Amino acid sequence: MSENTANRIFNTVNVILIIITMVLCLAPFIHIIAISLSSNRAIGSGEVSFFPKELSFEAYTKVFADGSMIRSLIYTVWLTVLSTVLSMAMTIAAAYPLAKSNLKGRKWFMLVIVVTMFFSGGIIPEYILIKNLHLLDSTWGLILPGLISPFYMIILITFFRGIPESLEEAAGIDGSSHFGTLMRIILPLSLPVMATLSLFYAVGRWNGFQDALMYITKPELYPLQLKLYQMIQQNQITELMQNEGIGAVQVLPESLKAASVIFSTLPILLVYPWLQRYFISGVMVGAVKG
Amino acid sequence: MKTSIYFRRNWQLYALLLLPMIYFIIFKYGPMYGVQIAFKDFNFFQGISGSEWIGLDAFREVFQNQGFYTALRNTLVLNMLDLLVSFPAPLILAILLFELKKAWFKKLAQTLLYIPHFISWVIIGGIVLQVFGTQSGFINNILMSMGFDPLPFLSDKNYWLFTYLAVGVWQSAGWGTILYLASLTGINRELYEAAEVDGASRLRRIWHISLPGIKTTIVTLLIINVGNMISIGFDRPFIIGNVAVREYSDVLSTFVYRVGLQSGQVTLATAVGLFQALVGLVFILGANYTSKKLTDESIM
Repeated sequence: MSENTANRIFNTVNVILIIITMVLCLAPFIHIIAISLSSNRAIGSGEVSFFPKELSFEAYTKVFADGSMIRSLIYTVWLTVLSTVLSMAMTIAAAYPLAKSNLKGRKWFMLVIVVTMFFSGGIIPEYILIKNLHLLDSTWGLILPGLISPFYMIILITFFRGIPESLEEAAGIDGSSHFGTLMRIILPLSLPVMATLSLFYAVGRWNGFQDALMYITKPELYPLQLKLYQMIQQNQITELMQNEGIGAVQVLPESLKAASVIFSTLPILLVYPWLQRYFISGVMVGAVKG
Repeated sequence: MKTSIYFRRNWQLYALLLLPMIYFIIFKYGPMYGVQIAFKDFNFFQGISGSEWIGLDAFREVFQNQGFYTALRNTLVLNMLDLLVSFPAPLILAILLFELKKAWFKKLAQTLLYIPHFISWVIIGGIVLQVFGTQSGFINNILMSMGFDPLPFLSDKNYWLFTYLAVGVWQSAGWGTILYLASLTGINRELYEAAEVDGASRLRRIWHISLPGIKTTIVTLLIINVGNMISIGFDRPFIIGNVAVREYSDVLSTFVYRVGLQSGQVTLATAVGLFQALVGLVFILGANYTSKKLTDESIM
């Protein structure tokens, strides 16, 4: 077998393997989309795979008509934006002074923060704290506890340190205060890394589920993930009961579940391709470590 | 005098630090203060400081609790299986991606393969039900149409392990390639060219150049994984798991939630949480020590 043939076989096999992986990666989404657009009769008899059968938009009409799904979506957008803005403001406020190696007491501040990366009180003491602060069933209960990620803060510190000091000194001589330097020189130079960190905060909040599960009981304060979970969970329980033969309980139609899943996935899928490079650069910055 | 000049010049830096430090004290050290609940007969009316000390009673109870041992075992077993399956997957995938010749195809593949990482576990849970469900799941529909019996992917504990691992690979393999791809890109191209001149096949080049070239990355990531052996996320086992497979799906994080917040055994749950935090600390410090010894690089 000549060198060239071997090479060609390798390339072909490789491309085929990658295509299979891509299909495995996407197939579940396509199946769910097909389910969400099919009639419940076709779904019930197991006819739907990757193409809608007896095309129907009824499930989506219901999701939109219900209103609570839309309300939850709008609330989650608001929650995510507010939480990301506050997180970034606080992370910058912490990172800028701590990036200065001559800051008096720097070691102690860092110690106080880094300890929290390796040891935490656990979810029960956290719950009791939130309860004592009267933050249960409040938007603030979902925002404040995760305000600063020490890990992202360290990424930002590392980035700030990479900015040439001469730029800052020049500003200092011109009589610029620390606030002024931060606003006029440091932040404009840090836009890419700030975009990356904002994205990580935003995705974390958007996908966040455990805190909402623990802290929120009022349906009007359900973020999208909790709302979706309640829908699916309720269904899973009834399905298990049916498996055991316990009565015919009202089950949400599969198409409606699927439509809700797609409805909740869409915002991420729409945003992701445009912001992909920021996500990836974030992983790289993080890997360089602080 | 010197100090006062320093502070007059730099007070703004401390002003900036004020709110973040208050945040850490309240929201991170507050719960640490609350850890004493593990040594108290806690009830909500008397609060943390009002409740009575009971010494190590809660820990005695923990170590006699069958549910705790099950959750501890499951945490270690699920993490270990993940290490066997989900650890090599991105490594293999990264090497395949790296060998792709057409840039546009590589880019497309990466874009698609990263997507699952950004999907929340709740949504993945919804997808899992549709794909693995016993009654009307996609896979079982296919099995049944071919004349086989449906498989209990979600309600039998052994099948459930498979589901849990498969979903983990699906969610993490693509995104996990990023660091490997980065260090593969860092390998000197001349090594490959020289090997080609010497007539080394593609597979040999992978084996003798690519893999050794990213050894440090592999070892570091492996150590981090082992260091996190005792800690396990909440969302994945909680959402993918269900009552029927609890014997395998209940892990420390879901155990603490169930016992502490659903059954109200606050003291017991806090003790379990503290146990987990302390063992986790030992693991991660051990991992860091090992990493320093092996690769001269601290992981933190």
